[in-house]
Amino acid sequence: MSELIRVENLTKRFGDFEAVRDVTFTAEAGSITALLGPSGSGKSTVLRMIAGLETPTRGRIWLGQEEQTHTSVQERRVGFVFQHYALFRHLTVWQNVMFGLAVRRMSKRERRARVEELLELVQLGPFRDRYPDQLSGGQRQRVALARALAPRPNVLLLDEPFGALDARVRQDLRRWLDNLHRELGVTSLLVTHDQDEALELANRLVVMREGRIEQVGTPNEIYNEPATPFVAGFVGSANVLHGHVIDGHMEFGEHRVPIANDLADGIDARAFVRPHDVRVRAGGSGGGSGTARATVERIVTLGWLSRVVLRLGDGQAIVAELPSDELCDVGLGDVVAVDVRRALAFRASDVGRLAEFASVES
Amino acid sequence: MVSAARATGRRWSLSSRAAARLRHRSLRAAAVVYLGLMIALPAAVVIDEGFARGLSDLRDGLAYPGAAEAVWLTLATSTAAAVVNAVFGTIIAYVLVRFRFPGRRLLGALVDLPLAIPTLVTGVMLVALYGPASPIGRALEGAGIEVAFARLGILLALLVVTLPFVVRAVQPVLLELDPAEEEAAETLGASGWTTFRRIVLPAIRPAIAAGALLVFARSLGEFGSVVIVSGNITGRTLTAPVLIFQLASQFKPEQAAAVASVLFAISFGTVLITTRLARGRRGGQP
Amino acid sequence: MSAGFAIRRGGDRDAMFRRRRRAAVLRGMLVALCVLYLAVLLLAPLAGVVWQALRPGWRVLGDTFTRSDVVHAFTLTAVIALITVAVTTAFGVVVAWVLVRQRFRGRAFLNALVDLPFALSPVTVGLACVLLFGRGGWFHDFFAARGIQIIFALPSMVLVTIFISVPFTIREVQPVLEEIGVEEEDAARTLGASVMQTFLRVTLPNIRRGLLYGIALSAARAIGEIGAVLVVSGLIQGRTETATLYIYRAMEERQTASAYVVALTLAGVSVLILAAIEWVKRKRTREDEA
Repeated sequence: MSELIRVENLTKRFGDFEAVRDVTFTAEAGSITALLGPSGSGKSTVLRMIAGLETPTRGRIWLGQEEQTHTSVQERRVGFVFQHYALFRHLTVWQNVMFGLAVRRMSKRERRARVEELLELVQLGPFRDRYPDQLSGGQRQRVALARALAPRPNVLLLDEPFGALDARVRQDLRRWLDNLHRELGVTSLLVTHDQDEALELANRLVVMREGRIEQVGTPNEIYNEPATPFVAGFVGSANVLHGHVIDGHMEFGEHRVPIANDLADGIDARAFVRPHDVRVRAGGSGGGSGTARATVERIVTLGWLSRVVLRLGDGQAIVAELPSDELCDVGLGDVVAVDVRRALAFRASDVGRLAEFASVES
Repeated sequence: MVSAARATGRRWSLSSRAAARLRHRSLRAAAVVYLGLMIALPAAVVIDEGFARGLSDLRDGLAYPGAAEAVWLTLATSTAAAVVNAVFGTIIAYVLVRFRFPGRRLLGALVDLPLAIPTLVTGVMLVALYGPASPIGRALEGAGIEVAFARLGILLALLVVTLPFVVRAVQPVLLELDPAEEEAAETLGASGWTTFRRIVLPAIRPAIAAGALLVFARSLGEFGSVVIVSGNITGRTLTAPVLIFQLASQFKPEQAAAVASVLFAISFGTVLITTRLARGRRGGQP
Repeated sequence: MSAGFAIRRGGDRDAMFRRRRRAAVLRGMLVALCVLYLAVLLLAPLAGVVWQALRPGWRVLGDTFTRSDVVHAFTLTAVIALITVAVTTAFGVVVAWVLVRQRFRGRAFLNALVDLPFALSPVTVGLACVLLFGRGGWFHDFFAARGIQIIFALPSMVLVTIFISVPFTIREVQPVLEEIGVEEEDAARTLGASVMQTFLRVTLPNIRRGLLYGIALSAARAIGEIGAVLVVSGLIQGRTETATLYIYRAMEERQTASAYVVALTLAGVSVLILAAIEWVKRKRTREDEA
């Protein structure tokens, strides 16, 4: 595979505010890459610079074999799906999709065939004569996609493409987009603040915070081997436990849990524990290292899954998520045995105030 | 006790409902009487006088010496004013909304100035600058361009007086336009001009049309600025409103009413189209 | 792998600068065009009248404002404007309220009637007044028999000015009333406020800005009206001569110096009104943003 999008040391300053700082990453041909981060992390600005809608203060951009840092929007031939779709309100679905072909002076017959083909693809054939405000949110989304794809762009850039939709439609469209991508194979760059969306759709994630890249990796790497406490907390939920590192273990209160990464002995640290990595057994006895005792404070049943809030001996709360049927002999106020299968520790000074942000809402 | 209280309560509510209805009715009556006396009656009397003997009165009105020419001149200058201000009004609105530059506020305020300046004063201003008493006016005359007491002067006066209309009609629509639509057009390969022509212009076209029609309607009736600047030469620079004034002050109200009716018929039609356009824009594509 | 990315570096940068410069030049030209247009139409004529007015020297100001006919003209304009604003404000609110809050047959017609003054030439309005109250007019005999002078007197001048100014308040208040809805008024009533209290404490503060804007526009229009007033006034010096009529006569009689001074004064008053409008508007948008 070859790299189709490459950005190097991209920096954007708006007045005194540095929205993007030294961002470097590549996206391979045919892949979906997600720029993931909370709002204000600069991910949309990166996308807009790649499209040519914003001029970088510093840094370079390549699309395919050519450097495009200084070319105009029109020359870059990217497909862009805007956050609120930006459909042309005075044009019908058909005319919207046609627009990019008409301004590029494609022959009439070719144009018609291409629009036809795309409306077929996004399953909007019967709606061709409607105006944007006669469509549902999901339909508008698909028109926006068809319009962006019509001129056969080399890359597809999507700015929070599902942000304005409700949860159910979002799910459907996500699956649909995934299939569409398999079918077309167009290199895509997706901006989102929704980790589920990024994990489900993308081959690669670029996690951003405050204008910088925190980590680049596959969904698996990002989820299981977060490089920074921010990534650990932002992608997937995590318990944050206070303690010390001793001999490759995290010690909090009277308990010790093996940690996956290396930290120097004796330092003040925070352990990030995924709720599904916490096991609960009835009867507070047994178990070896890594087993602790805790009191059940709350049980929330979410269908097949249950969320249990536990209070450890040293007063810290920890949330466990486990199949509901494993909980049948556990009740409120019981003292249970808690197994932490996996934990990642970070230096407390690195975690700082992020801990509050990352901890599981209980 | 209890039942008595309830009874008075009910009587209370009944009478208060009656009072409310009375209040509503009397307010409505006030509105109807006010608009009826202040607007419908004067309009009715002009139409009645103007059309007393049907359309033949209209013909008589136009038959009066100079009347047909005056109506034509008014139509021509009003159309020209509508076209010119449609173009410049759109440009000004676009510049005010889309560009950031020092003095933008001032420019915006200047556009509103003609709403405040008496139209007569506008005429005086134009004569002061472009009239024979000013070096600029003499220089222009030397170059063969007559402004004051000529048709060009009438056009200038109409342009000043109706300056705000197109700008103020287009501006809010431009503000409402999602800039992302223009960006979308650019990512699809459209140049700046193509984007304006195919994305921005269609969106603001109804507003431009409404503004231009307003300019036209207002220009048809404009008197204060024109009477000063035009010189009122019968058959050359005499507009219909000035002719109506002359006829009225010569105690020929019937002829005046006939010309006024012609003017009224045209401008009323224009206003009808304008409100239809405005409604179309609001309710348009559902 | 990244070797292919090294192609083309310098050339494009120049193209970008050229493109940006072109865009900047285009913008500059458009702004310049707007400024030029406004200069030819407004700024230069404004400067022209200032220059012409003051050419005879500052003395002309004192001379003009001590003339009794000038003083009388300004007084008459103020009187007419005050009456007009009072009437159009009071009735304008009522009409706007009725049009927004009540549903009845003929409402659309009434609504269309409000726009009529926009379609009528002011001269035609004056003419209508003559046709109603002048000799042989519909109501001439009624008022003549009671010795009430309407035409060529203050009443007709006020009437035509009101006619011209009717739409402003209504059209400014109407959308605001529509926007605020009835919820707050209902809430006030459930809290025990009477109809009058509800209007004064809830409705009026809500429509205040629209109302002020309408008043400013009405006042500007009333002060500057000429066509309608000219037809009905009879141009009696020192009696039915408003400030605009004074300018008109002075221009006819070629007393341009005092005409320019009075015109400039009227323009100054109008600019003050405009400033008030801008101030209200800016405050309104700031509130919208908040």
